[in-house]
Amino acid sequence: MSSSPRTLRSALGRARGLGSAKTDAPGHWFAERIGAVALVPLGLWFVFGAVIANIGADHAAFQAWLAQPLNTTLMVLFIVTAFHHGALGAIVVQEDYIHTPWVKHLTVLLTKLFALAGGLFSVVCVLTLAFGG
Amino acid sequence: MPSHDRPLSPHLQVYQLYRKIAPLLSITHRVTGMLLFVLGTLFVIYWLGAAAYGPESFATAQAVFGSPLGMLVLFGWTVVLMYHLANGIRHLVWDTGREVSNEGVRRTAYAMLASVVGLTVLAWAIGLAVAL
Repeated sequence: MSSSPRTLRSALGRARGLGSAKTDAPGHWFAERIGAVALVPLGLWFVFGAVIANIGADHAAFQAWLAQPLNTTLMVLFIVTAFHHGALGAIVVQEDYIHTPWVKHLTVLLTKLFALAGGLFSVVCVLTLAFGG
Repeated sequence: MPSHDRPLSPHLQVYQLYRKIAPLLSITHRVTGMLLFVLGTLFVIYWLGAAAYGPESFATAQAVFGSPLGMLVLFGWTVVLMYHLANGIRHLVWDTGREVSNEGVRRTAYAMLASVVGLTVLAWAIGLAVAL
């Protein structure tokens, strides 16, 4: 760690933005952890409370199950949190391992679009079943 | 070539990741995370989408997941999800500053792997009991 006396910029000021994420790494990092904490109970609920609970269920039974307010809420929460956390994590991996800037920007953009579209579609499906006849 | 005094993500070509448990489990966390985001989300989209499109498509989806190949994929999905979940808790523990030592890494590694086996067996024991 060498600090040159010829610059007025602080060591922190010179170090900022040099990581592979370039900007807003702490915010990104923290958002990923918040989603991770939320996904521990939500993920276990999805496996044990949603998938296993509906093994062999027909359409009417599944719709009746999903239409229960608590199940609708938990499913929407799981979808939003999972797609958001997944996109944040996938972006970090791309920033670390894709070194050609335009390729990285393209895949990060596609990641965000996929998470947004996939998450939105899943939520719409849940609400269609919950509120539809 | 600039030198770095700060921690970097595991280099994929230089280190022989498979020969040490810490980097092997670390890169596996990323691989399982990417699998969940790229393939696991498709499972959620297909399952909920099939239900939203009506009884016929939902019956097809349930049959696909109930087929031998579908169950094999679901079993792999269970292992991958439980790994990312258990190892994610391990990372959250490290984020609080605890267990950050060679001994802590090793100790939590075995606890994590045991949890993955336990949770996977539990999920499939309950699942098969419900199905049969």
